[in-house]
Amino acid sequence: MNRICQSLLRQSYQNHRGLVAGASASASTPSVLSRFFAADAATGEAVDKATLDKLVRTNKVVVFMKGNPQAPRCGFSNAVVQIMRMHGVQYDAHDVLQNESLRQGVKDYTDWPTIPQVFIDGEFVGGCDILLQMHQSGDLIEELKKVGIVSELLKAEQAKPEDEKAK
Amino acid sequence: MSKYDSKYLEDKLKKELQTEYVSVTDESDGCGGKFSAIIVTPAFNGKTLLQKHRLVNSTLAEELKEIHAFSQKSYTPEEWEKVKAQ
Repeated sequence: MNRICQSLLRQSYQNHRGLVAGASASASTPSVLSRFFAADAATGEAVDKATLDKLVRTNKVVVFMKGNPQAPRCGFSNAVVQIMRMHGVQYDAHDVLQNESLRQGVKDYTDWPTIPQVFIDGEFVGGCDILLQMHQSGDLIEELKKVGIVSELLKAEQAKPEDEKAK
Repeated sequence: MSKYDSKYLEDKLKKELQTEYVSVTDESDGCGGKFSAIIVTPAFNGKTLLQKHRLVNSTLAEELKEIHAFSQKSYTPEEWEKVKAQ
């Protein structure tokens, strides 16, 4: 059963790799809120800098986490997923538990010791603590705005009557 | 699990980063695998959030190999005043 799942996922991952080359195809699938690639494991190659350079740019926001957005397998990863959900961000997620070479690869890439790791516009932003702090300070809304993502929280804020904005 | 406790981590951060305020909480019920920290030091002045966290991570590089989960809130003294005021 597991093997079947893996081979299915592998296929979707390879399709995705094709997407990167084709670039424009992602625009035709707006119904998918967040894309998730569990089958990084299938490649079996060591994840080097060149590969990660590409991976972190497959979407405006890319998250390396434990588990997947539907079922995070770590409290810190879950916190990042919930923050992204609140802001209504569409992002690509990679499960490092599926692939030890990705887990180590991304840590080496950023020189950052822990998972989750969040990238915006290809730039490493931080882990859970930093995302949480950016969320609380409002900086996350600004960072998202820079890459053309309008946070759902900002939309909600703007829809509010003037007297409630002070909160 | 790990040989570290909050006191050890506080002392190390105080010494290495010249903290004005530091508070480390053991959230692992004593097994030493999970900590959260509030760190306030002028060493953070002029640094971005990411740089602050990197500074703490590198200070505790050796310890973090054994500590499973470490959560930090890192502020400059100025930022800390604002946080306290809230």
